[in-house]
Amino acid sequence: MDDPLDEARELMLDGNSVAGILYEIFGAEMTASPTECEHCGKEGELGSLLAFVSAPGYVLRCPACEQVILRVVQTADYVYLDARGAVSLRVERPAA
Amino acid sequence: MLNRPLEWQIATIEAIQAETARTKTFTLSLPAWVRHLPGQHYDLRLTAEDGYQTQRSYSIASEPEREGEIDLTVESLPEGEVSGYLNEVLVPGDLVEVRGPIGGYFVWEVSRGGPLLLVAGGSGVVPLMSMLRHRRAVGSSVPARLLYSSRTPEDVIYADELRSLHEDGDGLEVIHTFTRSRPTGWTGYARRIDAAMLKEISAPLGSRTQAFICGPTLLVEAAADGLVATGLAPGRIKTERFGTSGGTA
Repeated sequence: MDDPLDEARELMLDGNSVAGILYEIFGAEMTASPTECEHCGKEGELGSLLAFVSAPGYVLRCPACEQVILRVVQTADYVYLDARGAVSLRVERPAA
Repeated sequence: MLNRPLEWQIATIEAIQAETARTKTFTLSLPAWVRHLPGQHYDLRLTAEDGYQTQRSYSIASEPEREGEIDLTVESLPEGEVSGYLNEVLVPGDLVEVRGPIGGYFVWEVSRGGPLLLVAGGSGVVPLMSMLRHRRAVGSSVPARLLYSSRTPEDVIYADELRSLHEDGDGLEVIHTFTRSRPTGWTGYARRIDAAMLKEISAPLGSRTQAFICGPTLLVEAAADGLVATGLAPGRIKTERFGTSGGTA
């Protein structure tokens, strides 16, 4: 298969579908938060990223270059977050 | 948006209404109700007797002006672990665990202005219905068009309400397209959403249109590409994809 994403594309969602777990990790609404792809420089909100959620973890990819931006894996005791594909993430402070 | 702790709460199923053969609307009363933004969703969690937990994300169908309760419209999917339980097992009076409202990207309210172009495929109409019900609840006349793709007339969710919203003449037009079978004497669209259709629908709204597209991923991509082809700026187009898993995480 030329494109390894083809098979998973039918099950693909977007960043909105992982809003709950992102909220859990960061303590803040994240889908409207801006980010930038480390690979191609595309800027956009987390909600606009492609989401692959049928694996053991969640993978968010850039809608432009399809490289991995965020990976989240949960176990009973920990949440593992690999955000090396994002130049930065913006997290809103809790309301005072 | 002010961040508050996102905590699970126990909601009571107040009512269940069949919308189509495969979709039902669940009215949930929430002890810790919070006003939502149209387009947001709730996570719903089920726990089995052995402790196994699974959760899904469902869009809110109701308008935020309704206090203390929300409607979730759920499509029953083949082998849907959660949607099957909801559609076949739950009865009024049952309790379910939910947290929300969640999401700040795919949202719209009247204060954000318009014109508004909504594009739905199948149960993708649900979050868009929250926007339209909100628009009506506050008496807005923001120009709005809903392009709604269904397989057959029997698959149209909220059919009667959409007809009456359309006929109210307050600046909302509802346009259907049918991809498998159409009503007798139908003269409207009878094909998948494409660039030519989007051009006809979006032209009267102008270049300041805010577009929201929700449905299966192929429809979402076709509609988003089609709208960009008509000249609408990509930044004015927001999408939400429903996978075959029906929204998850």
